[in-house]
Amino acid sequence: MKFAPFDYVCTRSLAEVYDLIEARGPDARILAGGQSLLTTLALRLSEPSVLLDIGGLQELRFIEERNGAIHVGALTRHCELETSPLIAARLPLIAQAMPHVAHAAIRNRGTIGGSLSLADPAAELPACMLALDAAIVLASRDGERRVRAEAFFKGLYHTDVRPGELLVRVEITPLEKEWRFHFAEFSRRRGDYAMVGLAAAARGPGPLPEELRLAFLGCGDRPVRAREAERVASGSASAPRAERYSALRRALEKDLEPQSDPNASSETRMHLAAVLADRAIEALSG
Amino acid sequence: MNSFKGVVGTSVARPQARRFVFGRGRYTDDLRIAGTLHAVFLRSPYAHARIEAIDLDAARTVPGVVAAFDGKAIASVCAAWTAQFATLPDHRSAAQPPLAVERALWQGQPVAIVVADTRAIGEDALGLIEVQWHELEPLPHPVATAVADPAHPPLHAALGTNIAYERCIVAGDPDTTLAGADRVIKRRFQFTRHTGVPLETRTVLAEFEPGLRRLTVYQSTQVPHQMRAIYAELLGLSEANVRVIVPDVGGAFGVKLHLYDDEIAVAAASMLLGRPVKFVSDRLEAFVSDIHARGHTVDASVAVKNDGTVLGFEVDDIMEMGAYSVYPRTSVGEGLHAISLTGAPYAAPALRARLRAVFQNKAPVGSYRGVGQPIACGITEHLIDAAAAELGIDPAEMRRRNFRRAGIDPPKTAGGIAAGDLSHQRCLERLLQLMDYDGLCAERASARKAGRHLGIGIAAFVEMTAPGTGLYGAAGVKIACSDGCTLRLEPSGVVTCVTGATDQGQGSDTGMVQLIGDALGLDFDQVRLVAGDTAVTPVGGGTWASRGLVVGGEAALGAAHALRDRLIDIAAALLDVRRDALVLSASAVRERDGAKSLSLAELGGMMHYRQDLLPSEVERSPVVTFHVVPTGLIANGIQASLIELDPESGFVKPLRHWVVEDCGRVINPMLADEQLRGGVVQGLGEALLEECRYDERSQLQNATLADYLVPMASDMPDIVIDHVHTEVTGTLLGAKGIGEAGTIGAAAAFVNALNDALRAFGCAISEIPCTPERVLRALRRVP
Repeated sequence: MKFAPFDYVCTRSLAEVYDLIEARGPDARILAGGQSLLTTLALRLSEPSVLLDIGGLQELRFIEERNGAIHVGALTRHCELETSPLIAARLPLIAQAMPHVAHAAIRNRGTIGGSLSLADPAAELPACMLALDAAIVLASRDGERRVRAEAFFKGLYHTDVRPGELLVRVEITPLEKEWRFHFAEFSRRRGDYAMVGLAAAARGPGPLPEELRLAFLGCGDRPVRAREAERVASGSASAPRAERYSALRRALEKDLEPQSDPNASSETRMHLAAVLADRAIEALSG
Repeated sequence: MNSFKGVVGTSVARPQARRFVFGRGRYTDDLRIAGTLHAVFLRSPYAHARIEAIDLDAARTVPGVVAAFDGKAIASVCAAWTAQFATLPDHRSAAQPPLAVERALWQGQPVAIVVADTRAIGEDALGLIEVQWHELEPLPHPVATAVADPAHPPLHAALGTNIAYERCIVAGDPDTTLAGADRVIKRRFQFTRHTGVPLETRTVLAEFEPGLRRLTVYQSTQVPHQMRAIYAELLGLSEANVRVIVPDVGGAFGVKLHLYDDEIAVAAASMLLGRPVKFVSDRLEAFVSDIHARGHTVDASVAVKNDGTVLGFEVDDIMEMGAYSVYPRTSVGEGLHAISLTGAPYAAPALRARLRAVFQNKAPVGSYRGVGQPIACGITEHLIDAAAAELGIDPAEMRRRNFRRAGIDPPKTAGGIAAGDLSHQRCLERLLQLMDYDGLCAERASARKAGRHLGIGIAAFVEMTAPGTGLYGAAGVKIACSDGCTLRLEPSGVVTCVTGATDQGQGSDTGMVQLIGDALGLDFDQVRLVAGDTAVTPVGGGTWASRGLVVGGEAALGAAHALRDRLIDIAAALLDVRRDALVLSASAVRERDGAKSLSLAELGGMMHYRQDLLPSEVERSPVVTFHVVPTGLIANGIQASLIELDPESGFVKPLRHWVVEDCGRVINPMLADEQLRGGVVQGLGEALLEECRYDERSQLQNATLADYLVPMASDMPDIVIDHVHTEVTGTLLGAKGIGEAGTIGAAAAFVNALNDALRAFGCAISEIPCTPERVLRALRRVP
């Protein structure tokens, strides 16, 4: 299929973007890397009246350290995150997750701002933001506001972005040295959206994690921190595998509400989530 | 002096490959014909619905829209069609219109056509078409329910039944034979529907010239002559006034050898408007309009004695069809192959096989690479492994004991297939050597101690190739099973080959050039090939049933021999030497043991410009044509798969795959192996990933490439290939077909390997694709 007709504006400044968002209302859509938006247009699933292309706004394209936090501009491409030495050194969870994000051709164009704004519950970066407790920075003509990742993702393709706002960067304070990270997912083919995935972090000077963060993707209408499983897991890291799986599974029943779809039933997703959690603890122990 | 080295049997690269890689392929969509309009279709959103009214007026007012037609308007220039075989008198179908009239019978059936300056404009107009639908109950899904419920109103009232075709094969007195069995092992199999997914979707550009009443159709098809006959008949044109031209074709796999309602509606629209009209199937509509395949629910059993002797098979196959039996080949070939080839590699004398092909409110089912043979192989090889496991016999040994022995067992299988000289035993022994079977079994055992679950699976198969005229001609269907080749010696000494065979990317063109070059002593680049134009090429079948190079190549070789003989006749007279002292090599006719020679350029020049110099007593035409009527050739082979099962997640990874195949003589090893590799990948796709998932309302749930998963190179294992060569007698070429062999055995080998690994958990799977969820269910880890 072909796109339905729309206006296209190649924006030259953030101020222009804010003006146009206001002038054109909710039918205006921001075009960044285009890797999700253009597909929905080609399927005529969405017919916006205007596309505001922000691809030329170089001020949104950076990865840098400021005051101990890593700031990533919204237009940063997935491939740039994947290959950044700063990300590899300071945010290794993201570095681990990036190869799972679609295929190289998509990573060449897709952007972090686009991925987070779309808020696909099966995407990798939102779960990483949750595990790392990132601050999402939203800007409008009236200034900036910071939203913690957990409050930013509000539902299926639904975020805290308000009319007139644009996601401009994320700010992530790296966790201290004694944190370890693990990213894994189950997908039918390499590069597909995951059936279930897990971004995990564990703290502990010794071999067993004392504190855990488990952020799941593909297990609900948004990325989900599994608080009950985190609590249970911290205490059962040394338990036998079968016992630990059962404990995690019981906890995840409280944490997650995976939906059934033609790819997998909710029971299958719950089972796979428990397998991922169990394996993450194994990987993060000693 | 004689520098010429033959290239038949060597891995010559396809020259076309370079062209495609450079992006210079020319597909139907690349053609630019002035004044071309673009067609888009409104398709039924319902699996079954009455069309109360269609209002096209709003669509017609969109600037850039030239016309919009409903089913009745198209029917005014295009007749409906019914798939019928004189040889299958019990097969029933109903008349299928180019666009649905009054009733739509599957989700995706075209209902109206909009013709516009661009496709985008046409799509805008589609949104303005008002249809008053009255949704009707679709036929039950799945098919087993449909058969169990004969009271369900027939989809086509005049037929009085939803069973389009029923067939039973009984051989070898199964009652008595099976009564002597020590064990009978039964399974229920589910083979899910899938489709061909060629890279280039179906594309057609029809140009009707009202003045001459001539129709030229540029089309991505495997079968130009078949389509010419169909267009002429259904559009009421003289066959002489219809020309079908086939530009490059980006894959077909059987998808592109049927009549499609939307394609002939485009030709009809061109007739109504007097302008060229193009239609490129979108990927979304391809999933609901291309033929589907497989879709079998099978109860089957094998009867064995405790010593491992296989006595016979029973098969009860309920096969899904679409709303119509597909035209002109019917949809039931798939089921006929499935039942007649079950057990084919084995000497077991008894077979009771039953097929019921059932109408559904789904896309039509047609011939897709393998056509039912993967089903027969999947059933047979699963049962052989299950029996071997019950009896405690190694699967390779089980096969060794039961394979048909050439020259000892009767020449026909229980299913009636002439398979007297097949090399199952030799293929098995070569396979075991190639894969280091004993070493792999040891590796599997040590891996299991380390907590890894490897599985090894074997699957033997037969492949029906290059069928004879009994298949279609005798059925009263205008599909040539023969093929022809014209060779023309050009004045420059280059030879032009005009062939009825068509190449969709598999490289059969290259094989033909190799054959002609060798026979005429020409270098590879001294032969030019012309194909895919009914105004130019000899009438031929085109490409299907692993016949392209077998039949087209045989015709090319026959023509090359005839041209060679003619050139020798002429040269013998001109050089004044005996015929048998002359050979063709290095672009010349030369004395075997002497210095005299005439180059093909010299001969070509004389045969075109200086006929006065040629001897009058010999045939002087620079053109020869040779036609071939095949009689059907059965090939065979065996495959093996090594997989690793993750029993916690249900994910299965293919690690390695082996194929040993016997197609007789191999013309081009690289192209033959690539056919096998591509086929294996499609078979592994069937086993692991591909399925057309329908819901209870017969709505296709996964009509995008994000949801319908095809195998990707990065997920595929290394595929190791070798060949066994049994002499093929009765043909010049000495080769059988190979195009479907990879697909036929791959899924069965994979599933057997998975079941080998699952045996440690006391469970098995007999439903494909083997999704993680199905594997977890088999393992009883999820409900």
